[in-house]
Amino acid sequence: MGGTSEYAVKMHHVTKTFGKVVANKDVNLELKTGEILALLGENGSGKTTLMNMLSGIYFPDHGEIFVKGQEVTIRSPKDSFALGIGMIHQHFKLVDVLTAAENIVLGLDGKATVNRKEINRKVAELAKRYGFEMDPAKKVYNMSVSEKQTVEILKVLYKGADILILDEPTAVLTPQETDKLFAVLRNMKKDGKSIIIITHKLNEVLAISDRVAILRKGEYIGVVNTAETDQAQLTEMMVGRPVSLEIERPKVERGEKRLQVIDLTCLNGDGVKALDNVSFDAYGGEILGVAGIAGSGQKELCEVIAGLYPSIGGSVLYLGEHNGIPVQERILGLKPDEIVKKGISMAFVPEDRLGMGLVAGMDMTDNVMLRSYKSKKGIFVDRKAPKELAEKLIDELEIVTPGVDTPVGRLSGGNVQKVLLGREIACQPSVLIVAYPVRGLDINSSYRIYDLLNEQKKRGVAVIFIGEDLDVLMQLSDRIMVMCGGKVSGIVDPHEVTKEDIGLMMIHTEHPFAKDKKEDEKGEVTA
Amino acid sequence: MLSTLNGLFIAAVLAGTPLLLGALGEILTEKAGNLNLGVEGMMFMGAITGLAGSYYYEQAVIAGGGSPNGILSAAIALVTSFIAGAGGALIYSFLTITLRANQNVTGLTLTIFGTGFGNFFGEYIGQQAGGYVAVTDVTKKAFSGLNIPVLSDIPVLGPLLFRYNWLVYFAIIAAIIMAWFFSKSRVGLNLRAVGEDPATADAAGINITLYKYLATVIGGGICGIGGMYMSMVTTSGVWVHDCVSGYGWLAVALVIFATWSPARGMIVALIFGGLTIMRMYINIPGLPAQIYDMVPYVATIIVLVVTSMRQSKEHAQPKSCGLNYFREER
Repeated sequence: MGGTSEYAVKMHHVTKTFGKVVANKDVNLELKTGEILALLGENGSGKTTLMNMLSGIYFPDHGEIFVKGQEVTIRSPKDSFALGIGMIHQHFKLVDVLTAAENIVLGLDGKATVNRKEINRKVAELAKRYGFEMDPAKKVYNMSVSEKQTVEILKVLYKGADILILDEPTAVLTPQETDKLFAVLRNMKKDGKSIIIITHKLNEVLAISDRVAILRKGEYIGVVNTAETDQAQLTEMMVGRPVSLEIERPKVERGEKRLQVIDLTCLNGDGVKALDNVSFDAYGGEILGVAGIAGSGQKELCEVIAGLYPSIGGSVLYLGEHNGIPVQERILGLKPDEIVKKGISMAFVPEDRLGMGLVAGMDMTDNVMLRSYKSKKGIFVDRKAPKELAEKLIDELEIVTPGVDTPVGRLSGGNVQKVLLGREIACQPSVLIVAYPVRGLDINSSYRIYDLLNEQKKRGVAVIFIGEDLDVLMQLSDRIMVMCGGKVSGIVDPHEVTKEDIGLMMIHTEHPFAKDKKEDEKGEVTA
Repeated sequence: MLSTLNGLFIAAVLAGTPLLLGALGEILTEKAGNLNLGVEGMMFMGAITGLAGSYYYEQAVIAGGGSPNGILSAAIALVTSFIAGAGGALIYSFLTITLRANQNVTGLTLTIFGTGFGNFFGEYIGQQAGGYVAVTDVTKKAFSGLNIPVLSDIPVLGPLLFRYNWLVYFAIIAAIIMAWFFSKSRVGLNLRAVGEDPATADAAGINITLYKYLATVIGGGICGIGGMYMSMVTTSGVWVHDCVSGYGWLAVALVIFATWSPARGMIVALIFGGLTIMRMYINIPGLPAQIYDMVPYVATIIVLVVTSMRQSKEHAQPKSCGLNYFREER
């Protein structure tokens, strides 16, 4: 290639259709050499499709692509590599049992034998140059999500890419990991790399990018300099109308205690305590937010309560009404179907929507039926009621799908979440546990989910909301329980604390706010 | 006592070699993500074609008035059995890789087909030959124990290590080459990626179809050689009805026992070989012979229990093994 051109990539009047669906319509995109361009748009706005045409996965129907000033035809990922374009996909493509370095050299031409010392050295050198922390000899299955992402990025850098495309790189990262990634991206920019980052998180766009290009429903809306814009303008361009970024927190009288968790303890796969004497109460008519760094025991907490994970101590009490009579049930150790049999209406929306929540290959009717088919006696199932419910959900929640017969795996992330949450809410639970309900969702869908949670709160449901975005947690929750390493570092009122306070509690259990709580606990334990 | 143990060791090596060959073929196949349960069938195919290759070569030479060459005869057996096993695997590959048929069903079908193929042609050639088919002494000698100068004459160690037939050494060398191939070569690394995660390998620009075909076909060929060992060495060049009988299945079990490692395969094959011939060396009065025959299978079950309890990621079946790869599937 050689020769510097002002623009690393130019896409002119690019159109791509899939059958009748127009994914990209007459899109223009220009990436300057050595800049970070954010590609902003809601889910389904065609960001990934557009980028896949650069990485050789799709071929445009119309339009021209110029790379480094020359018109090019990209027919396969190989052509794309040859032009120095490297794409880091949202779903990592790594072989678990191989090491980082082995994954990086996979498929590359070279000598017949693999000299592991040599490649490890080269990879370590490359990592050091850009400020990554990584051990080239570490096996991928031992890695955290952020380490895997590092390997993906190094993979394209190793191949000599100088145009990098990152598809929603921060969707799976903690705030700290995101900061680290951004530092690395800035290093790469200094090194002369041109970067496109696909995202729908506005604060990240403002933090990292030089310019922002916006797509809406497959169409190119415009490009703005990051320094001259703000969240409101970007949102408006992205959504097409002004959107209030405030999250509503309706005032609701706190109701009865619904769930009482006392000294809950459980072990993870390695025999380390994943939950350590966790105690809290959840009340009807309130949203209890749960904050914490990923892996602080949130997943185990949800699953223990839902009856999916074994505990080694403590108890979980469900307090409710059955036919007008107050009941108290110990639900710890019961299996999910035993909990249902006791007449307890509890709903759990897991983090892994298509793994634990829904069956990707089944259509909406069948997925809705999964929750209800046992209630009818006899050997035949009733498909009519679930089908009606599915149609109602499509209507009410504005789920975008060709119909109730489409497998849910084909829907976009936001719509999948609406199906799942809608189904759980339709069971009229009195306790609703939701884990990361807006992960990977765009603004519109996220706000719809917040509204749904608020509606449930107004209905008097005890909502337990496991979240990751502290801003959202603080705006939405009535109380926030902060977890750290499987322990509760405190339950706070979001009015009384700052984001920084919660951030500190996420990493220390010994924070001033946590103190009294802590001593109480200790007293109980020794007593 | 010592001589019994030596005898057991030698017999175990001889009995373990066809198992090792079958297992090596299956390891190579599974590393590419194909679970080929047709090992038994491919061994049967190799067994009869190897024997037939040698037999017809000898007959042709004798009919022409010449005298057959033992080494050439053995080489013909090697090549024909490899081709037969590879041919069986090619059918399997076409069905599972190109047409994406279910791997388990296809493999089982191949076993049934191969068993019938071997027994049918074995009987047929036998009848043509006037009762039974057997190779001449020249070929038999080529498949008997070697006598390597100096090495074979070392006391104790000589008979223990250096007096086997050439196929034993062939199998050991194949195992060592394969171990090197998986751990050190670039193509081996790519192949492992194909078996673990074909989508990732595909994205890295590796030709999935080519790798799968080659690994499966060559693996099938090696299984075929294992079958040839049964008809040429174990039954001394005479076709015996059902001569492979179960060895193919033991080889599949051995792959699991060896945790997909060719190097460990050598040791495990020795153990399995020992278990299959144990009744001739360790005689417990009153114990029926059938109980001895059960031992290798019981060992397999125990190994399966232990390996599935350990749940190690490293020493496990390649992750995509048994699943067909289709690029456009999400």
